[in-house]
Amino acid sequence: MASPDIDVRYVADLARLNLSDAEAATFQKQLSDILGYVAQLEKVDVSSVAAFSGPVVNNLRPDVLGESLPVEVALSNAPQQENNLIVVPKMIE
Amino acid sequence: MSSPLYTESVASLRRKLAAKEITAVDVADQLLARIEQADGKLNAYNFKPDAAKVRAAAQAADLSKPLGGVPIAIKDVINVQGDPCTCSSKILQGYTAPYDATVIKKLREAGAVLVGRTNMDEFAMGSSTENSSWGVTRNPWDTDRIPGGSSGGSAAVVGGHEAFAALGSDTGGSIRQPAALCGCVGLKPTYGRVSRYGLVAFASSLDQIGPFTKTVEDAALLMEVISGHDPKDNTSVNRPVPKYTDALKQDLRGMKLGVPKEYFISGIDPEVEAATKAAIEHFAKQGAEIVDISLPHTEYACAVYYIIAPAEASANLARFEGVRYGNRVKNPKDILDLYRSTREQGFGPEVKRRIILGTYVLSSGYYDAYYNRAQKVRQLIKRDFEQAFTKCDAILTPTSPTAAFKVGEKTSDPLQMYLADIFTIAVNLAGVCGISIPCGFTKSKLPIGLQIIGAQWGEENVLRAAHGYEQTTEWHKELPGI
Amino acid sequence: MAEYEAVIGLEVHVQLKTNTKMFCSCKNEFGGAPNSHVCPVCLGMPGVLPTPNEEAIIKTILTGEMLECQIAPRCKFDRKNYFYPDMPKNYQISQYDEPLCANGAVTLNLLAFPKDVQNDPKVNFDKKIRLERIHLEEDVAKSFHYDGASGIDFNRAGTPLMEIVSKADIATPEEAFAYLTALKQILIYGGVSDADMEKGQMRCDVNVSIRPKGQKEYGTKVEIKNLNSISAVRKSLHYEILRQTADVEAGVPIIQQTRRWDDGRGETFMMRTKEKAHDYRYFPDPDLLPLNTEEGLHQTAKSRLPELPAAKKSRLVADYAVTEYQASVLASEVALANYFEKAAANAKNKSAVANFLLNDYFATGGDIENIPVNPEFFSELSNLVEEGKINTKQAKEVFPKMVAENKAPSVLVKELGLSQITDTAALEALCDQAIAANPRSVADFKAGKTNAVNALKGQVMKLSKGQANPQVVGDILLKKLSA
Ligand SMILES: [Zn+2]
Repeated sequence: MASPDIDVRYVADLARLNLSDAEAATFQKQLSDILGYVAQLEKVDVSSVAAFSGPVVNNLRPDVLGESLPVEVALSNAPQQENNLIVVPKMIE
Repeated sequence: MSSPLYTESVASLRRKLAAKEITAVDVADQLLARIEQADGKLNAYNFKPDAAKVRAAAQAADLSKPLGGVPIAIKDVINVQGDPCTCSSKILQGYTAPYDATVIKKLREAGAVLVGRTNMDEFAMGSSTENSSWGVTRNPWDTDRIPGGSSGGSAAVVGGHEAFAALGSDTGGSIRQPAALCGCVGLKPTYGRVSRYGLVAFASSLDQIGPFTKTVEDAALLMEVISGHDPKDNTSVNRPVPKYTDALKQDLRGMKLGVPKEYFISGIDPEVEAATKAAIEHFAKQGAEIVDISLPHTEYACAVYYIIAPAEASANLARFEGVRYGNRVKNPKDILDLYRSTREQGFGPEVKRRIILGTYVLSSGYYDAYYNRAQKVRQLIKRDFEQAFTKCDAILTPTSPTAAFKVGEKTSDPLQMYLADIFTIAVNLAGVCGISIPCGFTKSKLPIGLQIIGAQWGEENVLRAAHGYEQTTEWHKELPGI
Repeated sequence: MAEYEAVIGLEVHVQLKTNTKMFCSCKNEFGGAPNSHVCPVCLGMPGVLPTPNEEAIIKTILTGEMLECQIAPRCKFDRKNYFYPDMPKNYQISQYDEPLCANGAVTLNLLAFPKDVQNDPKVNFDKKIRLERIHLEEDVAKSFHYDGASGIDFNRAGTPLMEIVSKADIATPEEAFAYLTALKQILIYGGVSDADMEKGQMRCDVNVSIRPKGQKEYGTKVEIKNLNSISAVRKSLHYEILRQTADVEAGVPIIQQTRRWDDGRGETFMMRTKEKAHDYRYFPDPDLLPLNTEEGLHQTAKSRLPELPAAKKSRLVADYAVTEYQASVLASEVALANYFEKAAANAKNKSAVANFLLNDYFATGGDIENIPVNPEFFSELSNLVEEGKINTKQAKEVFPKMVAENKAPSVLVKELGLSQITDTAALEALCDQAIAANPRSVADFKAGKTNAVNALKGQVMKLSKGQANPQVVGDILLKKLSA
């Protein structure tokens, strides 16, 4: 397991989260502690163990039309909307 | 003087309603008055029940239904159509649920009256209900102390008799630990037993909804209502729901109860340890057979949990960014700023910490070392339980290493806070079921909980053991000072 | 100067034809009023869970079967994490390390190539383009861009989408064209998708690099986006290969980048360079249990396997005695082949029916989806010719009316007064008349100019107003002249 070398700013950027400098410093310390704690898993021999996974079950939905929301309900929570579209600042490709 | 109506159990309420000794509206009125009296001190409800609505619902309740006229509080993480569902987060301010969770549909069909939304740690991340945008909930037995978490509000309203029963959710102990700390019964069902549809996800492979009640019989009653396969939840299992109340008819004689040595090591409070050992002896006296078992990978449960739960959460919480619902930051510069600032302002520190941790363990180059390894150790933990249950019907452990701690005591050290769930986490990782029931008090009159763990689909054994203990002890009859 | 070759790989996204979306029961439909086919699940509301659409999984396996893939015994979904406003959950449910289908191939064919290279002897028309994988995922929403703002319509969000990734086996823009055409044909054959690129039902991203001929290592890859038709793929590749070759020759290094095709200007433009790789943080979706495809799903898909173009072509040649070329054309579209089989069912000469359909019908400008003609009329018409009731020239007169009015050829023959004179006595009289009126031709014939009989035949046809059976007339004339 890697040493707890977490780059909090890089990870926060992946998670689309602004951090103040104070927060970044606090998290750096706390997350290093936590990663240090979880590093104990290195001690476990997992060489012949398959990763946990849910049971294999074919819970499938038949392709039958169900109800959708009325558009006004669908958009009722939207912070900004126009012409039945949800509006955001211009998206960049 | 007889105890006030609001201290009754659901089962006794049902008997009185059936005998027409009281009406559903009486019940509602007395409860509403109790909430007015107590919630100022506890701050357990994010949204207190709307008196007019509750009285109307009580009036209309079909008393022939299994929970007809019974008021039930809901953790603020479960969607109720037309209601807010804040998850105690600023980011969901203004959100109104456009649909009912499956458990809510089931409660409605069973005639229950929904009363208010209970406080919690933000997005169910925490063990003290201190991580809430609505402020801390207080423990009904000592208001300087925390009620546990994350379902601290649900535990406090039941333990503090501000509700007859409540629903909570349990990802690593979030039902059992606060139930223990507030002196009530809390059950985490087998993964797949209760539909998660409508429960705002924290860690999808661990989350389950379960009941908080005053008695084991009530827990069985609620389980009969909320369990069952739901086509809307791919992980819910198609398996008949037993009549759980039937399991209560058998006493403890002949039950094999396992005691894992790994749960009685350092870090456990001596009063908690003593109470748990006394409880184990009590089981033996009542005719249960106590067997020594081992769950050797328990020591890794916490480490596994703090990889898997944040990893799943980092993806589950990506949808909260202010585009389609909830709080959006004012005048974002661009779309990236909308995301980053909305999430910066909307999430509290614990949620941010876990999102960053979860994002990190999944990120390129670290997946195998953290997430994949953790899932392998998780498999070993699951196997431990499978082996243990070949030797016993249920397992007895403390629920929490300590009784309720003081507000603010552990907030500066997240790792210490995480270890508060050390006895409950493995149950979620293995997907088995567990209950916490009152088993004593500390000298300063703080409740202590006993955890009874069952195998997958072992709810009947767990309820039988819990009921057998409860019926031969008096702890559950104690009332808090509040 | 070194010669360069291109290395091309295609990633094709295909919208599956299902009633409902991939993970909720909202309608899977193109168009519709904005945000009218949405529910809490496909809007990524708090607390919702995905439920997998059985039909989408079957259709993906069917595609894998049609394309000779190995079908995974276990079907697992993963979360692909990235933030974008058109993706409600900010992760896409996709398949990472266990695609439903692996390997496989698309076999090209002559007709799949652009018309202008169909006679090029250098082209290998039967090349196999190998596939890497096919996986199933959910589509994103559609967005509209204004000044400073974007509007999002979530109707498309969560509809089932199949990603088909080829190996870098494609060497020319024409092969890329043929690959897409052949792939589209098969998808339509299986009823999996309508695969119309212009409607976005099939979307294609291209990866192209060049390298000196003979070199083993690949050159730096450039991705091209915004390709809205199969011919745009071909054109953009021509442009891009030339551009990259010119750069390399001028000593300008190719940098890894994504370029946008501008169809109007016929050029690609740089969109972005790949300064850092995406970190998608894939992990198994804990909301979805793994599926066992061997429990029914694979069987169901297999039971729906259609006859594929190559097999259909061989069968048409064997059963209908049509030419190889006719069979290729007929098999290129299921609807066309199906129509032909009905049209030729009762015909004595089935190849003649193929001719009527492929030459005469398409010459009218009609298409096969909307063909208004009762297919049995094709058999009837060709049998009239075959039985000598009308001649081919008359048949060509009947045909446009048969198409325009959807009327039986026998009826039209009567209406047009076209029935052919086969009555030998009547024809003998006409022949005698022609012989008497053309002593010159008779003399020529007797002098050994056997062609002279044609002039006489023409006369008889004229006298009969075109209704004489030319074969019978020829026989009578020869008999009389040789007597
Ligand atoms: Zn939907």
